[in-house]
Amino acid sequence: MNLSPVPAMRQVGSLFALGLEVFRLMWRRPFQFRELVQQFWFVASVSILPSALVSIPFGAVIGLQLGSLTTQIGAESFNGAASVLAVIQQASPIVTTLIIAGAGGSAICADLGSRTIREEIDAMEVLGVSAVQRLVVPRVLAAMLVAVLLNGMVSVVGVAGGYFFNVIMQGGTPGAYLASFSALAQLPDLWVSELKALMFGFLAGVVAAYRGLHPRGGPKGVGDSVNQSVVITFLLLFFVNGVVTAVYLQLVPAKGM
Amino acid sequence: MGVEIAVEGLGKSFGPQTVWRDVSLTLPPGEVSVLLGPSGTGKSVFLKCLVGLLRPEHGSILIDGVDLVGCKERQRYELRKLFGVLFQDGALFGSMTLFDNVAFPLREHTRYRESKIRRIVFEKMEMVGLTGAEDKLPGEISGGMRKRAGLARALVLDPEIILCDEPDSGLDPVRTAYLSQLLIDLNAQIDATILIVTHNINVARTVPDNLGMIFRKELVLFGPREILLTSTEPVVAQFLNGLRHGPIGMSEEKDQATLEAERARYGDGAELPEIVPQLEPSPGLPVRDAVRRRKDRLVQSLHTLAPAAQQNVLSSLTEHEMARYGLRRSTRAGGVL
Ligand SMILES: Nc1ncnc2c1ncn2[C@@H]1O[C@H](COP(=O)(O)OP(=O)(O)O)[C@@H](O)[C@H]1O
Ligand SMILES: [Mg+2]
Repeated sequence: MNLSPVPAMRQVGSLFALGLEVFRLMWRRPFQFRELVQQFWFVASVSILPSALVSIPFGAVIGLQLGSLTTQIGAESFNGAASVLAVIQQASPIVTTLIIAGAGGSAICADLGSRTIREEIDAMEVLGVSAVQRLVVPRVLAAMLVAVLLNGMVSVVGVAGGYFFNVIMQGGTPGAYLASFSALAQLPDLWVSELKALMFGFLAGVVAAYRGLHPRGGPKGVGDSVNQSVVITFLLLFFVNGVVTAVYLQLVPAKGM
Repeated sequence: MGVEIAVEGLGKSFGPQTVWRDVSLTLPPGEVSVLLGPSGTGKSVFLKCLVGLLRPEHGSILIDGVDLVGCKERQRYELRKLFGVLFQDGALFGSMTLFDNVAFPLREHTRYRESKIRRIVFEKMEMVGLTGAEDKLPGEISGGMRKRAGLARALVLDPEIILCDEPDSGLDPVRTAYLSQLLIDLNAQIDATILIVTHNINVARTVPDNLGMIFRKELVLFGPREILLTSTEPVVAQFLNGLRHGPIGMSEEKDQATLEAERARYGDGAELPEIVPQLEPSPGLPVRDAVRRRKDRLVQSLHTLAPAAQQNVLSSLTEHEMARYGLRRSTRAGGVL
């Protein structure tokens, strides 16, 4: 393991360069529409079921925790509000992150990695076709679209799960839940949540593509790359999530009661 | 006619590991050249530098007068249109059928109608002997077929420069012979500059006009086939004969002591085999212009060659050519007037 900072910085630099390149080529014609549809379908198919399965317990846990806490301090009526804040603003982008990086990103990385070691990418470049435009851009766009979609889905499923556990299991009142829900929740919450998802999709796609295009030595290298791509994406996304949340809380004042 | 590639002082390393340094050679336009070297000496890396996939740290690569190393991205994409590259394992797109693979460059770079694309693709597939396999996926065919399909894809835009990375590896001797013949026939038909990278001795002896060899991170020699095939340079002699004794060891270069011991046992320098005649284009094809151009070049610089090489060049000339160049055959070995 090389611990000198220079190669690491160089990696960050080329990752950043790939991100810019993807952004630049996104607008360049011809647009690879077929590839986008195929990749969208592919990423969606590997990630929808796991995220639904993860988001139900997530909503439930938040609901239960908050439920017992609010009962202790006598604020049961704020259950709905608290759970919607927690689920929409934080939980669902995080769940989306985990799934996009773990299921979608790893699949993208493995696919591009095996193409790289089979020299398909080189062959494409030699034929005068940019592999970034042809292969990476549709994959990144697909990851972004799926992230937005998943985020919406996870929000709905999470809130529904919270409602179910709070109202049915802990005997909360549906009216109070919904009333506090609309008292605290505001539309910008959803927008920022979707914006986060969009950014996460982009980052996950770019990191996965970067690791896939640069595997180290042979088929074993692809496995390592997939592994690293997931870990790097996690770290990066949690960091970005922190920054975006902090900025959002500064810019958009919380709704008063 | 094909395009000249002039490589000057090229050096490439990956981090601390130098692959090769100070490589200078000129691939004469329209001629067939072979670059030999043991496995792992960086032959594939050299090819990738020539098409701009890897960036060498030192030196320049002039293609048709434009420096590929220093030029802009856009220019590099333009230059690449001159190339047809056959990668080591064919590098076919795994999700496309052979037909779509071969049609890919046409669909990307031309506005031909589908019927015209079909005609061209079928023609190239027939050329490499793959008629009937158009609908197969790359995963369903043998390595040799993948390689031939890769060649068909490389040829479809009528390149001026053809680069082949080990066209013979994984092929049986008969298929290798067919492929060698195919490359020579191609050269006769389209007069492209061809560079073949290989460690196959047979290909090196029969196919190229010019021959070079990379060893110990350097280009040992590069020049007309007569020079390498008659060279007494120990590495070249060992390699071209596939011998165990010589500077090349199993895993790396041998040390001095082992070399001394071998020298005592086998004597100095291996006997080089006879120069076998070069492959001719198949009957019915035009003669290769490259042969004439190369002879002109060789005869002009004849006095700079080693006697054995001179002898070889001379014996390859017909009476008619001797007269044209104003040479007379002498009875003394190597004598030219
Ligand atoms: N992308 C790369 N990154 C790091 N090292 C590489 C890369 N490509 C090739 N090498 C190294 O360069 C050397 C030459 O490789 P190669 O050109 O494939 O040899 P050859 O084709 O002559 O068998 C090998 O030691 C290989 O490990
Ligand atoms: Mg190689």
